[in-house]
Amino acid sequence: MTSTLTTEPAAGDLSRRRPRRTPSAAPQGRRSAGSRIAYVYILPFFLVFAAFSVYPWLDTAWISLHNVRLSTYDQREWVGLANYKDLLTNHFFWNAFRNTLTIGVISAVPQLAIALGIAHLLNHKLRGRTFFRVAILMPYATSLAAATVIFLELYSPQYGLINWFLDLAHLPKVDWQNSKWPAQFAIASIVMWRWTGYNALIFLAGLQAVDQELYAAASVDGAGKWGQFRHITLPGLRPTIIFAIVVSTIGSAQLFGEPLLYHGGLPDGGSAGQYQTLGLLMYQQGWANDRLGLASATAWSMFVIILAAVLVNLVISRRRERKAG
Amino acid sequence: MARKKLHATLEAGTGTYVLVALVAIVSIFPLYYTIVMASHTNAEMAASPPPMFPNTSFFGNIHKALEMAPLNKGLINSIIVSGCITAGTVALCTLAGFAFAKLRFKGRNVLLGICIGTMMVPTQMGVIPLYMLMAKWGLAGHLTSVILPTLVTAFGVFFMRQYISKAVPDELIESAYMDGASTTKVFLQIVVPAVRPAMAVLGMLTFLTAWNDFFWPLITLNSGNPTIQVAFQSLASGFAPQQSIIMAGTLYGTIPVLIVFALLGRQIVGGIMEGAVKG
Repeated sequence: MTSTLTTEPAAGDLSRRRPRRTPSAAPQGRRSAGSRIAYVYILPFFLVFAAFSVYPWLDTAWISLHNVRLSTYDQREWVGLANYKDLLTNHFFWNAFRNTLTIGVISAVPQLAIALGIAHLLNHKLRGRTFFRVAILMPYATSLAAATVIFLELYSPQYGLINWFLDLAHLPKVDWQNSKWPAQFAIASIVMWRWTGYNALIFLAGLQAVDQELYAAASVDGAGKWGQFRHITLPGLRPTIIFAIVVSTIGSAQLFGEPLLYHGGLPDGGSAGQYQTLGLLMYQQGWANDRLGLASATAWSMFVIILAAVLVNLVISRRRERKAG
Repeated sequence: MARKKLHATLEAGTGTYVLVALVAIVSIFPLYYTIVMASHTNAEMAASPPPMFPNTSFFGNIHKALEMAPLNKGLINSIIVSGCITAGTVALCTLAGFAFAKLRFKGRNVLLGICIGTMMVPTQMGVIPLYMLMAKWGLAGHLTSVILPTLVTAFGVFFMRQYISKAVPDELIESAYMDGASTTKVFLQIVVPAVRPAMAVLGMLTFLTAWNDFFWPLITLNSGNPTIQVAFQSLASGFAPQQSIIMAGTLYGTIPVLIVFALLGRQIVGGIMEGAVKG
């Protein structure tokens, strides 16, 4: 998983290890037979993939250039880029864009930082470590639907446990539903609750793969704890961290179920759209407003946004790597 | 803590235990409190201080929840859907992963690159044509419409390819070919036995993802024939704010996964960590 970002062939790759011009080294029949039969092995995957992924993606692009309604799906009225123009001047689109960004940041940044800390804790010699590892993974096993319904009760303005505790501490009760930032924080906290433990285990696996002798060497050289963290742990974990950031970015951009259920299944993202995300907006445009062309344009915009965000992440991390190296 | 003790022999002090316990409590408490909420009546939950221990109204609440939403049907549907998706994904992705790891063919790196790139595509980008396609085929509302599009994942191919690359030595495959084995034989008798653990990990992750999937099932299924996640949605969207009943239903639909998790937790944790390193 950690090397997701590289596409070069794996170390044990046959074709690279055997020079082309030494046919005596490779059994004669294999290469030609192997190359033809390889397509048989990838065919089932690519058939399903083409039919149920690639074709819909491309058709969505085509639909985004038309006005289309569910009831008259086959009668598409060509409008060119009008739907995209509509989006760029559309208050709802920019509101959803900003919300997706802010909820994404307040859920992903603390999540990954805390996960790193938890991974460090779990890297100690602990009694009952299996119990702790399973415990922090329980939220990951809880579905987003169940988790959101549960947190909705905890955040309930009137009888929710969280407001009761605030009251107990003589703090003012918070309107976790209608106030913008508290509502966004509440939704982000659901995402954090579900994913922090999972990411911690990924980081823990990365930590344990770091060469232990480096630490011994560093401490001989007089490196303190912080120095060891900066110069050994962080560089060793870098691919894992970049991977986790990219995955979180992709996930955050598509946030849908949590804000939908947080408003009782309505796609408006709160009474004033205070937590409507792009995923919700696309659903609302398509299935509530019956504007499939516009919804398709939103869907493709989401892809472009993800692409841009991932590229920015990669460029920043490359640059840092070069600086560090 | 002394410097030389770091890492491999990183001893846990009291502070470490306190922090780890805190993390475990935060992870588990919402689930525990769901049990508390599900076993009280609404009136009892409105009390101050709110109850902190389970009560006796659980079965009554579940009974009402089962009347409000088809939870049992949802559970059965989820098992069918997740089972089919898991079987399909593991089989097809192992086949393709083997080809990408050990066979040479034209366009291999390009195809693999495309495959990996598509992990960035949001679900939203395919749902409208898929929805119409399923309607045209008369599959709207059927479980098949959930299973078909999720039958393979790019992640699965990549995951299996990485594992097979590292877990199966080339020499082993070479010598099998020397002995005149066919590619089919190499795949079935050398590769599959060697990567069974990875298949199990991919299976667990796929099952969990399919079980928890929400967006596409919500669109293609209706409340009469839901997966458990879609059933949760109709339960929570009911007009009457009967928290205790909603909580009881949510708990009822979540317990099966939590039991599986409690039993297989060690393997699942191991699988996720193994996947993170080997992948």
